[in-house]
Amino acid sequence: MLLRVTDLKTHFFTTRGVVRGVDGVSFTLEKGEVLGLAGESGCGKSTLGYSLIRLVPPPGRIVGGEIELDGLNLTSMNENTFRREVRWKRISMIFQGAMNALNPVYSIGYQMMEPFKYHTDASEDEAKERIARHLELVGLDPEIVSRYPHELSGGMKQRVMIAMALLLEPDLVIADEPTTALDVIVQAQIINLLKKLKKELGLSLIFITHDLSILAEISDKIAVMYAGKIVELGDSEIIYENPKHPYTQKLLAAIPRVHERVDKLEFIPGAPPNLANPPPGCRFHPRCPYAIKICMEKEPGKEVLDDGRVIYCHNIPR
Amino acid sequence: MVQDVELKVEGLKKYFPIKRGIKSVMKRESPRFVRAVDGISFEIRKQQIFALVGESGCGKTTTGKLIMKLIEPTEGRIFLRGQDVSHLKSKEENLRYRKMVQMIYQDPFSSINPRFRVYDVLEEPLIIHGIGNSRSEREEMIHHALELVRLTPPEEFVSRFPHMLSGGQRQRVAIARTMILNPEFVVADEPVSMLDVSIRAEILELLRRLRDELGLTYLYITHDLSTARYFSDWIGVMYLGRIVEMGEVDMVIDNPLHPYTRALLEAVPEPEPERKEIIKSLPIKGEVPSAVNIPDGCRFHPRCVYAKMGLCDTKHPEMIEFERNHYVECHLVGKI
Ligand SMILES: Nc1ncnc2c1ncn2[C@@H]1O[C@H](COP(=O)(O)OP(=O)(O)OP(=O)(O)O)[C@@H](O)[C@H]1O
Ligand SMILES: Nc1ncnc2c1ncn2[C@@H]1O[C@H](COP(=O)(O)OP(=O)(O)OP(=O)(O)O)[C@@H](O)[C@H]1O
Ligand code: SF4
Ligand SMILES: [Mg+2]
Ligand SMILES: [Mg+2]
Repeated sequence: MLLRVTDLKTHFFTTRGVVRGVDGVSFTLEKGEVLGLAGESGCGKSTLGYSLIRLVPPPGRIVGGEIELDGLNLTSMNENTFRREVRWKRISMIFQGAMNALNPVYSIGYQMMEPFKYHTDASEDEAKERIARHLELVGLDPEIVSRYPHELSGGMKQRVMIAMALLLEPDLVIADEPTTALDVIVQAQIINLLKKLKKELGLSLIFITHDLSILAEISDKIAVMYAGKIVELGDSEIIYENPKHPYTQKLLAAIPRVHERVDKLEFIPGAPPNLANPPPGCRFHPRCPYAIKICMEKEPGKEVLDDGRVIYCHNIPR
Repeated sequence: MVQDVELKVEGLKKYFPIKRGIKSVMKRESPRFVRAVDGISFEIRKQQIFALVGESGCGKTTTGKLIMKLIEPTEGRIFLRGQDVSHLKSKEENLRYRKMVQMIYQDPFSSINPRFRVYDVLEEPLIIHGIGNSRSEREEMIHHALELVRLTPPEEFVSRFPHMLSGGQRQRVAIARTMILNPEFVVADEPVSMLDVSIRAEILELLRRLRDELGLTYLYITHDLSTARYFSDWIGVMYLGRIVEMGEVDMVIDNPLHPYTRALLEAVPEPEPERKEIIKSLPIKGEVPSAVNIPDGCRFHPRCVYAKMGLCDTKHPEMIEFERNHYVECHLVGKI
């Protein structure tokens, strides 16, 4: 097992109260596995990603739980060791909207050199060689090191970000909405690329998006989040073919499919809760058509079904 | 029953001049243009939804703006209900057009003034168009518009600022503002692409219900083929400023004729995890050329896996009606 996350809690201490961005999340990930993380905007997907690489923006903080990488306890590790040994080297992240974060005044090559300066003692020649190799890996011509961000298309910039996340050859990459801003053709190219890296390098990946169709294309396992918690987690075939949690069911029914004609799309009336003051009991109960009395009073506990999936629901629809 | 044509566009072009440096002017270099929209024609029947799809930068928004008359066409004509509206002269004509034709903008977070309460957001267009004689009359219209988009009870929402609304609620305010003027024709520019699936479904259902109840006609601009299929009756596929394929939505999607449409459809992600190990083979090469340097012949030929040299790279293909209600612009149609 590569990664084990147990009851992780990351909260934001704002002047208007405590926002429970991630509120008791547990899962595991094997080497070479892709975990897809889905859920509506604001449910805590990015916060979970930031927690794993320990870059939660203030006023946020990990307040509970454990993260273990290859048996190494990351939550208790001091920041110096984490920076030297783990961040970028063993776990890296492609940030949401990152391609727009490329600095317009520096060349691509200059920006790709940065990680080497802080995290390795590689010589400049070694670094250059490695940059060239990784650019080729993501299907870019190594000569683009001399170009500036505005001279690249969106898909090319996104590939540069992927190459940067891979530079120090980490075990785990967290990709936060890496294809959301791109059109379908570029999107498919990037997904193909990530599949290839998984196959060839045995890369483990946490792929974050609210687009469940994209997750189906790449994930071995799916975790569906709602209001700071995972509500259902299992093999992606099982979840897609037979979703059990009412929230997962609604989410899947809301996807229009290009090769079928559907007459009416389902949607979930109401809005996700305010995470500074989530509803008691099951957080989904105000929007759930299956809610019964206990759903309003008691938080559902973890249940493992015969097919191996984990689900949190008092009244699993049959 | 064949419906009347609501909107018709003929040979529409929009070229944006590129700002030139002083050197280039001194050297008498000829001015260069971005050919954002490069000769498109289509019609939309009353109460139908026409989807315009294509990748980023292909000219969808520019087409929408031309129809809205926010920009002047370089060439071509626009007809609304048979009347040529390409060049509206008087102020009255312009104002009337702007009431009949409305646009829903892409971004629900920036299209609403953050300092306006929902009430003010909805009152503004009424004041501009001089609709409603008294405050109470306008208030009634505002409440009605909020009910239409199911932001109920209206009293609950009128005094809120945009930051007190969720993304889906904000988009509904934007739609209410569009509908309050009782338009005939609505340009919806990516009205749901910023939203997540559940809200997306909710907004599309809402737009469809308003079409049925109010008898509206839409131009639906999107790069998402799945919602286009679900939401529209006709579809036009744009590539580098031209419509390369067009027809009834089921015909185009079930039987795509143009190589570009095929590549687009191949690339759409489907919620089928059985395919997760398969690396898709995409029938397309390279990157999109810039709209400044449009390739000769068929503009898709450098990326087309079927292109026949000597034909595709030299001669521009004409649009033909390959089968009833299904048009395509490709030399090799029927042979690939
Ligand atoms: N710096 C912050 N201060 C206070 N609250 C925050 C901060 N960052 C995030 N939050 C809150 O934490 C919750 C989770 O946010 P997060 O960005 O993780 O969501 P997400 O699932 O990634 O959403 P999206 O799909 O929109 O990217 C949200 O309610 C958000 O408002
Ligand atoms: N005011 C302008 N001046 C110069 N070029 C422009 C202007 N507006 C648009 N363009 C160019 O025209 C082309 C078409 O742009 P348009 O915004 O219509 O594309 P789009 O299909 O809506 O793309 P997207 O899906 O990214 O919104 C692009 O190459 C764009 O850079
Ligand atoms: S626990 Fe209850 S409210 Fe929550 S999803 Fe299950 S049935 Fe619905
Ligand atoms: Mg996020
Ligand atoms: Mg646009």
